[in-house]
Amino acid sequence: MKTDLDAVSPPIPEEILQRVEARGINRRDFIKFCTVTTAALALPVSFIPTVAQAIEDKRLPVIWVEYQSCSGDSEAFLRANQPTAGEIILDLLSIEYAEVIMAAAGHQAEEAKRQAMEKYKGQYILIVEGSIPTGAGGGYCTIGGQSAVDDCKMLVQNAAATIAVGSCATFGGLPAAAPNPTSAVSVSSLVPGATIINLPGCPVNATNLTATIVHFMTFGRLPAVDRLGRPKFAYGKRIHDNCERRSHFDAGQYAEAFGDEAQRQGHCLYKLGCKGPETFHNCPTVRYNEGTSWPVMAGHGCIGCSEPGFWDTMSPFYRRLPKVPGFGIEDTADKIGIGLAAATAVAFGVHGVASCFRKGDAMEEDKVVKED
Amino acid sequence: MLRIYYVWEWPVRICHWINVISMIMLSVTGFYIGSPFMTAPDTSMYIMGWMRMLHFSFAYLFAVSVAARIVWMFIGNQHASWRAFFPWLTKEGRTAFIKMFRYYTFTGKQISYETGHNPVAATAYLGIFALFIFQIVSGFAMYGQFAPGGFWEGILGGLNVLVGNQWLRLLHHGVMWLLAGFIINHVYSGWLMDVKERNGTMSGIFSGYRFIEPEDL
Ligand code: HEM
Ligand code: SF4
Repeated sequence: MKTDLDAVSPPIPEEILQRVEARGINRRDFIKFCTVTTAALALPVSFIPTVAQAIEDKRLPVIWVEYQSCSGDSEAFLRANQPTAGEIILDLLSIEYAEVIMAAAGHQAEEAKRQAMEKYKGQYILIVEGSIPTGAGGGYCTIGGQSAVDDCKMLVQNAAATIAVGSCATFGGLPAAAPNPTSAVSVSSLVPGATIINLPGCPVNATNLTATIVHFMTFGRLPAVDRLGRPKFAYGKRIHDNCERRSHFDAGQYAEAFGDEAQRQGHCLYKLGCKGPETFHNCPTVRYNEGTSWPVMAGHGCIGCSEPGFWDTMSPFYRRLPKVPGFGIEDTADKIGIGLAAATAVAFGVHGVASCFRKGDAMEEDKVVKED
Repeated sequence: MLRIYYVWEWPVRICHWINVISMIMLSVTGFYIGSPFMTAPDTSMYIMGWMRMLHFSFAYLFAVSVAARIVWMFIGNQHASWRAFFPWLTKEGRTAFIKMFRYYTFTGKQISYETGHNPVAATAYLGIFALFIFQIVSGFAMYGQFAPGGFWEGILGGLNVLVGNQWLRLLHHGVMWLLAGFIINHVYSGWLMDVKERNGTMSGIFSGYRFIEPEDL
């Protein structure tokens, strides 16, 4: 029986599937991977064969470097399980250098990186994880004697495109949080004007990273971005506007404390400091770990990790608004505001009483007619 | 001899009262948005939904009213004019400002007698207009976030990047309290001048007329 789906979703050509199978990739997994990735990119299903074709017949050279990072993004990517996306993409890419997974070490590894850069000049994709410390002449982070600053600049300038993954590489992240002791910066501030796309998040969502790479392989360019250089397919909507707890937000049902009845009922986490209303990311739809869950689903408010300066502006994590600069941690904007309003009222009250007792300042005294 | 002057033309009065109503509504609903003090007993309710709906409806009303008042600054009479808000640009204005400031701080006995705004009040209103514009701009910048690529995000989205979402919210929230402080001050000063000037300060904003002794000007 022909379904509607057949009409809109042309099959992936058999030869492609056979070639993929010959490379030891399960065809079901490959089809699933192409479908999920096409969906993540918000492309119509008719693009599935195009995507399959593009990723099958290219082996895109990739250099993955880490500076001030925790390797969380590498971990997230390697554990990516959207039909074993990690495996598939690792098979289809040619990873020339990636500290977490390569066998080589020391000078040998650095040599491999340099050679890959020369060989694939202007063709490779550079993935950067972690921020770059510019303090102490770049001395806070050196690899094989070269500072992260020089290393990153060189790699970005020779790449076809750079993908900054995770909040540190995109916006400075934790290392750049006040007082930013190492003067850490993001890749785009280090090399302004270069072709860089930002995939913030702590960690980056592997599905979004895979989709970005696939987009590049399919169309030869990076996907459309927003004002902060983030791809619109992944950061084009606010968490709050796609959240499964949103109906409780609108109704006015809020968890007041962790573990209370409302929280267990799935009510909105707004009063526990959820930053969903200020954060753009596709977590509610793509989720993490094979689409298993995401923070708000698990019962914890969003901490806004994919927004610039999140460490400084989204904290305190369990309060909705930032701390008012110059005031104590317990002084919320409302406490200060009520104090201000009360002080104004008292001041003018006193002024008023004093003015009542004031003599001889009223106007038109001569025109006042005293009635008896 | 006392004369009756038509000081506040009808657009000025209408805008003034629309601003009063919108500010009250925006503060009440905004306060709820900031810290929802009522919790709905069941999911069929729509408390936050209505609060936000009202907030945005009055936001549009407020924005139109402020914009109309700014337009009137270029059309209306001398008291409504934008020049009235910069009293200290002229020498007489500066003298009057000091006189009035001294009156308020109990260091002088004489009120600076004016047909329109007194110079200290006019200066405060200049600040208030700036806060109004700030609330409108920051409000619509936040409002636009529900629809990236839409109209409001298109024209004001850059502000979210420049200032940051959270600071914009904190400022929008904080300005509510500054406006509350202003309203206390404003109502008080209106009362004080009504008592001391005896020229219908309070009734003027309802009727438009004030009773002026031209000799005192
Ligand atoms: C007198 C003027 C206004 C006052 C006193 C006011 C007050 C407030 C307050 C206290 C909040 C809560 C902020 C927070 O804690 O997160 C808020 C939120 C907000 N206001 Fe206003 N506001 C005013 C005008 C406006 C205008 C003109 C707009 C334009 C659309 C606007 C749009 C918003 C939006 C979008 C939010 C966030 C709502 C949400 O999170 O769903 N406000 N306002
Ligand atoms: S839990 Fe957070 S993101 Fe979800 S509706 Fe509530 S405030 Fe919005």
